[in-house]
Amino acid sequence: MSKPKVAFYWCASCGGCEEAVVDLAEDILGVVEAVDIVLWPVAMDFKKHDVEAMPDKSIVATLLNGAIRTSEQEEMAHMLRRKSQYMIAYGACAASGGIPGLANQFSLQELLKFVYEDGPSNANAAKTYPQTAHDDGGRRLTLPRLHEVVRTLDQVVDVDYYLPGCPPTPKLTAAAVGALLSGNLPPKGSVLAPDIALCDECPRKASKPTDLGFAEFQRPHQKLMDPEKCFLAQGVVCMGPATRGGCEALCVNGHMPCSGCFGGTSRVKDQGAKILSSLAANLVAKEEKAIAAVLAGIPDPVGTFYRYGLPASLLRKKVPGGE
Amino acid sequence: MSDKTWEPRIVGFFCNWCTYTAADLAGVSRIKYASNVRIIRLMCSGRVDPQFVLDSFARGADGVLIGGCHPGDCHYVEGNYKCLRRHELLQRMLGDMGIEPERLRLEWISAAEGDKVKAVINDMVEKLKKLGPLDLPGRFREWDGELAEGAHADAGTAVPVPVKEAADV
Repeated sequence: MSKPKVAFYWCASCGGCEEAVVDLAEDILGVVEAVDIVLWPVAMDFKKHDVEAMPDKSIVATLLNGAIRTSEQEEMAHMLRRKSQYMIAYGACAASGGIPGLANQFSLQELLKFVYEDGPSNANAAKTYPQTAHDDGGRRLTLPRLHEVVRTLDQVVDVDYYLPGCPPTPKLTAAAVGALLSGNLPPKGSVLAPDIALCDECPRKASKPTDLGFAEFQRPHQKLMDPEKCFLAQGVVCMGPATRGGCEALCVNGHMPCSGCFGGTSRVKDQGAKILSSLAANLVAKEEKAIAAVLAGIPDPVGTFYRYGLPASLLRKKVPGGE
Repeated sequence: MSDKTWEPRIVGFFCNWCTYTAADLAGVSRIKYASNVRIIRLMCSGRVDPQFVLDSFARGADGVLIGGCHPGDCHYVEGNYKCLRRHELLQRMLGDMGIEPERLRLEWISAAEGDKVKAVINDMVEKLKKLGPLDLPGRFREWDGELAEGAHADAGTAVPVPVKEAADV
């Protein structure tokens, strides 16, 4: 009997999710034993046409990481969706847009102008921009087209399961692969991580007061932080209350507050709005000026509250022509 | 929707004890005000989850009006202060997302201020008319036009279906 086929693919991502797969360490041998990897651009030499030649639904699962922001990524997502029984959004970028999704605060034109003209490290006097097609001595070279909007995988194709995290932990990855191989799968659309806020598994949970009473906010580099005490109790923004657990509080154990990479729980529609609501409501100040002064300690609300999920948020992208 | 027939749509989140009662008073006093607001009654302005505001915009609201009791008068003591603090940060965040400050408005309107309901709503409608439509559902559709095979409709984050209603209601 042939082994079940699995594909790994990457779109707008940093490669950290590929690391997470490799981080299975010796467990990866068990995976390789149990499955046939048919596509894994970062590690193995299979080509697009190899997969295209396979019958539809012949791959058991594709684990796709990265957001969708180019025409090529869109095409590959559709192709892998057709070839796969299960499409899994692997990692924060595929699940909710991730760091690349922060580009949705700018227009494509603004981004290209910064990268190819204004960036302080640029040397591009001719102002050369990438083109989607170029003729060079009879050879026609092409590049994928950049989209105006960065998207989550499920805004482009149907997704069966989500594995959140930046990147997902080896433990959750191993559990997901195990579930796929055994066929013991939760309902379609499930996030393959616990459905409870990070605070629940945080080692500093006991020091989180019932009434936080923020008098000021400080960022981690502005403060000598108590290594035992809840970050919120110290006036440091921690996304824990609005973020799904399952990472076993990796960042907190590394003495940094949660930055929200697992996204919200199933009851949350918009992670950023939820943490905004929670933090602001718990201020001590009652006068407009005093409130504004305390909230000035959060200089970049969009980048702080939607660090991994702007494309999946209710507003999705900055309204062009606005402020 | 042509510009001639376009009227701003405002979602109003009014607290049960003050602003909703004031709107009631405006009604029984036969005070006329612009019919652009769809009022949702909540027990307290402190119940206004910022998700409600974002969801209203994402589903086609041009403006969101939150009405609560004057500071010190909250039926639940602290609710309107919570609303005020959220409003401050939400305004900043909306600004960063390109949404004009006039589109979100917080007003303290006591149960006796039926005339203030009229003044606030008429003024907000005027300001929104000057700004023009926000039309996020239309923008989402326009953005998704760049996809070769179209957007995936069933996504949890998919384009919300706008409420169907005639522009001149």
